[in-house]
Amino acid sequence: MLQMMPSDPVAAASSRQPWKRRLGLHWISYVCARLLLYLVLGLGAFLILIPFAWMISASLKTIDQVFAYPPVWIPNPVRWENYREALVGSLHPFIPRYVANTLYVAFFSLLGEILSCSLVGFGFARLRFPGRRWLFMVVLGTMAIPYYVVMIPQFIMFNSLGWRNSFKPLIVPRYFATSGFAIFLFRQFFMRISTELFDAARMDGCSTWGIFGRIVVPLSKPVFATLLILGFTFYWNDFLGPMLYLSRARLHTVSIGLAFFRGIQGVQWNHLMAASTAIMSPCILLFFFFQRLFIQGVVVTGVKG
Amino acid sequence: MVGERLAQRRSRDKVSRTRAFLGLRFTKMTMAQREALEGYIAISPWIVGFIAFTGGPILASLFLSFTRWPLIEPPEFTGLQNLIRLAGDPLVGQALKVTSLYTFGSVPLSIILGFTLALLLNQRVKGLAVWRTIYYLPAVVSGVAVAVVWVWVFQPEFGVLNTLLRYIGIEGPNWLFSRTWVIPSLILMSLWGAGGGIIIYLSGLQGIPTEIYEAASIDGANAVRRLFSITVPMMTPVLFLQLVLGFIGSFQVFTSAYIMTRGGPGNASLFYVLYIYRNAFQYFEMGYACALSWVLTLVIVAVTLLLFWTARFWVFYEVEVGEF
Repeated sequence: MLQMMPSDPVAAASSRQPWKRRLGLHWISYVCARLLLYLVLGLGAFLILIPFAWMISASLKTIDQVFAYPPVWIPNPVRWENYREALVGSLHPFIPRYVANTLYVAFFSLLGEILSCSLVGFGFARLRFPGRRWLFMVVLGTMAIPYYVVMIPQFIMFNSLGWRNSFKPLIVPRYFATSGFAIFLFRQFFMRISTELFDAARMDGCSTWGIFGRIVVPLSKPVFATLLILGFTFYWNDFLGPMLYLSRARLHTVSIGLAFFRGIQGVQWNHLMAASTAIMSPCILLFFFFQRLFIQGVVVTGVKG
Repeated sequence: MVGERLAQRRSRDKVSRTRAFLGLRFTKMTMAQREALEGYIAISPWIVGFIAFTGGPILASLFLSFTRWPLIEPPEFTGLQNLIRLAGDPLVGQALKVTSLYTFGSVPLSIILGFTLALLLNQRVKGLAVWRTIYYLPAVVSGVAVAVVWVWVFQPEFGVLNTLLRYIGIEGPNWLFSRTWVIPSLILMSLWGAGGGIIIYLSGLQGIPTEIYEAASIDGANAVRRLFSITVPMMTPVLFLQLVLGFIGSFQVFTSAYIMTRGGPGNASLFYVLYIYRNAFQYFEMGYACALSWVLTLVIVAVTLLLFWTARFWVFYEVEVGEF
């Protein structure tokens, strides 16, 4: 902070009470301001948490308590069976299958994305070829292209290939570096690796692909981690893509399953809320444990979610 | 010389005759040429992917806009018929209206809310990590689960929103079932996720050097003055980026509209991408849907360019050279 002359009486007094110097206010005003701050933050946090609380509360109620008036906040009795009934019960036996499908798609898509985008990112980062700057700008440009522009021709193409009702349309494109974001991350990362490492490898007779496989890939673990976390969240929540290509129920993903979650008597809210809570929880847990990676991914591109 | 000998030795083997040819070529290249070739090989997956899944479809979509293709029959070229139909289609205007209302409502409010939150959180509050986690949580969950939960929140008789309103004596509206309230409902839901931007705003705020604030307070600026004369101008690049990205993203809303209202009641929440989806995958009017998607793209491009033009007047970059 500022260096004040020791002979300055105001400064001498203020140095014992730094908030006074900053605000020039009486300490009561300062305390009031802090109280107001925490009050506003607290109110905001409370409002944010209400939908979560409402969801969990409904997920543990019996059906009549769901529609009770005046409304019941804390369910009594707490009906944990809702979760069992919603996820594996006789009315909704498919959710485990949907989870398996979603994990299958996520795993093979992420595998393709990491393999192809690391190679392409490596090419853009460390290999010199004419036109690489322009081509990389095109890569960045593809990040701006919305899905609805390409979804119809892609659908027609996959349809004529007979790939409807299979996971192929969702997985195969990932092996062709369709994620500009991943290419961007890899390129950033690879450009920061010191050139001496590459020079030393070359002097030892290592080919370019050898450098890629033996040096670059083992070093890329941080980028792998970020892409895995963000990618899993994306594939877990992806709705439009799966809905276009997966009409047979046994192929549905978790998002489709939740969207069309119906009991025999129509929508059973307590079961639906139980299913929603269960389906939200992996993403929330991942966020709690890997906050830093989420934040890193967001800050790099300025894009949230 | 050596290369040729090696090649001859290799070419004895029938299989490696081609290899010998390539090997000969390969050893005769300069290092730069070899690196360039390797570069192209490295990015070849992307080139294939771009042609097959991005560039190709975009061109195809443009071409398809001038056809009529119900999929079960072969496509027929119809010229400008789709455009004429578009111009006369009242639902196109409705879709644009709905999407624009939603966008102009939710994006500015989201940014103001998110930025204010970030300002508050930047005040050296205790337990910052906890607050940040809570406010960021809605942005972590997305898609179907969120839409489903909010349908329940908005439920006119038993949902939490109207329940809370009843506590303070207000009889809440029918939210998703009311023509006037359906778009405000969706805007409200998007504001719930406004905390998603705090990460970006916080990192931007922490990038403002403290010397500026100190210099200002020496000159007698109070906290409010410092906020509007220093903080906000310094943050305009970040705010601008969020504005542009927010607009672009908002125009493409699909999942919440599909799950929560299917465009209802009576097309009052017919988001544009939902209308594209309807035409393509319910009516199987591929050509018309492609034409629709190009109109939307043009609108988004126009709005983005407009935003960039206004940026000259209110976005301040540190290294600017007074061009206006």
